[in-house]
Amino acid sequence: MSVYEYIVRTKDLSRVYTMGDTQVRALDNVALDIRRGEYVSIMGPSGSGKSTLFNMIGGLDKPTKGTVFIDEVDMAQLTASELAFLRCRKIGYIFQTFNLIPVMTALENVTLPMVFAGLTTDTAMDKGLGLLKTVGLGDRYDHKPTELSGGQQQRVAVARALANDPAIVLADEPTGNLDLRTGKEIITLLKQMNEEKKVTIISATHDLKMIDVSDRVVWIRDGKIERIEERKDIDIQVGQMEGEEQ
Amino acid sequence: MSDSQGAGSVLGEPDRAGIQKQIVLPWSRALQMTRENIFVRLGRSAITASGIFLGIAFLSAVLFGAAAANVKARLDLTQLGLEHEQSELQARIVWLAAMSLLVATVGIVNSMLMSVTERYKEIGTMKCLGALDSFIVRLFILEAGVLGILGSVAGAFVGAGIMMLAYIGRIGRGGVLESWTAPALQLGGTDIRLWLAILLATVVGGMLSIAAALYPAWQAAKMPPAAALRSEF
Repeated sequence: MSVYEYIVRTKDLSRVYTMGDTQVRALDNVALDIRRGEYVSIMGPSGSGKSTLFNMIGGLDKPTKGTVFIDEVDMAQLTASELAFLRCRKIGYIFQTFNLIPVMTALENVTLPMVFAGLTTDTAMDKGLGLLKTVGLGDRYDHKPTELSGGQQQRVAVARALANDPAIVLADEPTGNLDLRTGKEIITLLKQMNEEKKVTIISATHDLKMIDVSDRVVWIRDGKIERIEERKDIDIQVGQMEGEEQ
Repeated sequence: MSDSQGAGSVLGEPDRAGIQKQIVLPWSRALQMTRENIFVRLGRSAITASGIFLGIAFLSAVLFGAAAANVKARLDLTQLGLEHEQSELQARIVWLAAMSLLVATVGIVNSMLMSVTERYKEIGTMKCLGALDSFIVRLFILEAGVLGILGSVAGAFVGAGIMMLAYIGRIGRGGVLESWTAPALQLGGTDIRLWLAILLATVVGGMLSIAAALYPAWQAAKMPPAAALRSEF
């Protein structure tokens, strides 16, 4: 197995939420290795812990126990500013609810991470326009999120996630608030970015359309990894499923 | 395509030229964001600013009244009563001014708390994009400072303006103008002239506004992004 270079590794990862008197174990000793450049889908029903796993890998929340390594660096050892640097330059985030800054235009949303990264305004503008063109919104750069459809907002979010050429794009239910066709477009876009830019894509989802493009699918249930399927094992399943749909 | 993210550790990668290693938020961009935030949420901004506006308008009216009373006493060629009467008046003015500021502060703390709370999700998103806690605090302080100063300046003008109209019949145009250089309050034994007192009131208004934003902004900034993103508003 050591032929692969792992960009994300988790070890004994656990997260316990305390709600009143009860303790909810959202993640239970999860060990997951993600290879550089692959497209991984983390599948599971809602409440299975996939969003919690997403938050841990993205450094958005701290684990109760265990460690997350990004490029073999223990995330718990990073200072606040190193963590901010990591979020800014190494990881791009995509959310179910798009989470664009409402007061900013599409272009301003895309350039914000570049401003944080220290790019000059001109460079950021050029790059931002280029990214918006890549996601098919070249003429919509001046629109506020409220003036864009859900699919268009998610495209802006994809462009924003790619702003600083991250090594990893983390997507939490990216198609959850989109209709079938728009969802499919976003999946295709993510796959295209994965192939062209060699970005590792980690997507928490329960959208079965995602299986189609994934290199590996991690099935998670009750905070534990149930099974991990490789691309070659999935193909047959997808064929069956598409047959069933029609 | 680009393989700059190919090898190397998270923080040890050699950067492309022109890109700094640390995370930054230039003041120009912060100011631009503040302006957008104020204009897009004009209703809330107006409420925040009007809290401080009312407080400072009242304060400057009280100060003007005190100064005008001094001028009137001089014009009437009478002394302003006995020594203890004067100090009683002074005490009442200080009390009124302190109350008006307190009311203004409570109002602005409340609206700042609201304006930070309704932006939890936005704050979480910004942190995901790499914003440091200090950026969040800085943006809210800028916003509170701008609103506080706008509200204070407007309040000072309106408060003093109304009193000028009220006093013009009693002490005349000359008396009203003279009031501006008349002593309005005593601080530590020295007389503060009206114009300086109102200027100070304006500065105090801006400071109070910033102080009111500081705590909620800092609270929101140090939240883990996941918690901030979970909140629904």
